[in-house]
Amino acid sequence: MSLATSPTPLLEARDVHGGYGSMNILNGVNMTLNANQVGVIVGPNGAGKSTMLKAVFGLLHVNQGEILLNGQPIHNLPPNKLVERGMGFVPQEKNVFPSLTVKENLEMGAYLKPQNVKRMLEQVYAFFPPLVEKRHQPAGELSGGQRQMVAMGRALMAEPSLLLLDEPTAGLSPLYMNEIFDRVKQINAAGVGILMVEQNAKQALAIADKGFVLAAGQNRFTDTGAALLADPDVAKSFLGG
Amino acid sequence: MNELVFFINNVVIAGSVTGSIYAIGAIGVTLIFSIMRFAHFAHADMMTFGAFMVLLLTTLFPAAGASIGVPTALIMLPLAMVLTAALAVGIDKAFYKPLRAHGVKPIVLVIGSLGVTLMLQGLIRLFSGTGGQSLYVDDRKEIFRLALPFEGVRAPIVITEPQLYLFVITLVAVVALHIFLNRSRLGKAMRAMSDNPELAQASGINTNTIVAVTWVIAGGLAAIAGTLLSLDVTFKPDLSFFLLLPIFAAAIVGGVGHPYGAIAGGFVVGFAETLAVFNWNVLLRPFRDSLPAWLELPSNLAFVGTEYKIVVPFFILVAILVWRPTGLFKGKVI
Repeated sequence: MSLATSPTPLLEARDVHGGYGSMNILNGVNMTLNANQVGVIVGPNGAGKSTMLKAVFGLLHVNQGEILLNGQPIHNLPPNKLVERGMGFVPQEKNVFPSLTVKENLEMGAYLKPQNVKRMLEQVYAFFPPLVEKRHQPAGELSGGQRQMVAMGRALMAEPSLLLLDEPTAGLSPLYMNEIFDRVKQINAAGVGILMVEQNAKQALAIADKGFVLAAGQNRFTDTGAALLADPDVAKSFLGG
Repeated sequence: MNELVFFINNVVIAGSVTGSIYAIGAIGVTLIFSIMRFAHFAHADMMTFGAFMVLLLTTLFPAAGASIGVPTALIMLPLAMVLTAALAVGIDKAFYKPLRAHGVKPIVLVIGSLGVTLMLQGLIRLFSGTGGQSLYVDDRKEIFRLALPFEGVRAPIVITEPQLYLFVITLVAVVALHIFLNRSRLGKAMRAMSDNPELAQASGINTNTIVAVTWVIAGGLAAIAGTLLSLDVTFKPDLSFFLLLPIFAAAIVGGVGHPYGAIAGGFVVGFAETLAVFNWNVLLRPFRDSLPAWLELPSNLAFVGTEYKIVVPFFILVAILVWRPTGLFKGKVI
């Protein structure tokens, strides 16, 4: 009987400890995400959800443990190196260049691949049609939902294999919220791995292949999104009943 | 009509000259602020350094200009720009970058730049001496006199050769900067980093490259401003240093971090200075007969005496900040 070697995961985090200065916020987080999967990080406030995402994107010092992208260690590499390796990051706040036009914002996303700008612009416009007529407007003048589209579009311009989204629906109206979740599913269907932090845990877990429930900087539950939604313990402690 | 010519010579031309110098200086200050978030006080002495490089090169190759009929100093300007840009990048590597790496507060960088300014000024003085020196090889500037075709006009409009070059080069520099910032990939990345440095890095923009490019542009522009100023008057090791505060006033008036604001601010401050010291009596003189007899015009009707000229930029600065705290264009809050 041959041992079927499982393919190298897209992202793997092993026992990650880290924080700002000497204070650790993450106290041993483990995560595995395969290519083309949607991973969702949920948990109470202060659980270290966004901190974990920032650690993956090199915005936070990892003191212990390791993070691998396609089997290669990436922890403590600067963000611009991670972009080169196929990672895209959409911060929760300040996620556009306000004085640059929508088009210029998107162009910055493909900064490392200038030869792709034209082709990717067309794709992103096709993906977020509302941006087409706003393309010459400064991004700072857009509504919250449109801004989120610019932010996601900018990250997609680099054709990432893994897209990190920090609370993409925070502060959006329910209409835009559904729109963004739909887009996330579509981006994933196009072959992009997604790791996102979400406050709207139920909706997010519904589209998740992998759900990570964090508490106090550690994994509390890890399972498929559907299984976590069905788990009464998870529901009672983290999904509000 | 003679009064109008007087006005053009003493306000329009003089104001444009001062305004252009302030504008080019203020663009550099504002670009450095928008990328590195600190007030670079050594900017004026980078201007002096550029002019000093031109002076050196002109002394070494005095005949270079005569062959094509422009002042040698102008031929040397591009080379001086390169040298000043290299100096700016070098100063950043040696002094500011280590400070930034320590994560110091901006005020530490500001004080550091004060140290750099004293050092640069001392070094230049060591080699150039303290006196004034002309950047013109034979010290003969061409002066153009435009006589107006009206009867009774005795005085011509006077404009000197370096002033003409100043206007042309300012225009070229501003247009080139505009194209660079709005059309080129690097220029857009610079604006992106000014907007949001973290997101710029998250987009794969190498922020160290942008910092270096900023110094190259600021250094090049400083060399232009310093050289054209020294061409218009004479080179002195402290000439540009005395413009430091008006240049900062111009950058703040225009809206810190905003290149077009710096241009507008430069001209606002430049014209305010010349208008403030202009003797308005000259313009009122033709209407003397229609004025009431009891009104006796004093012979000097300027807002402030020439010796108080330096006050004007700060008056404008305070007035504009009260009226519009972020400057004419919406600048960054310091």
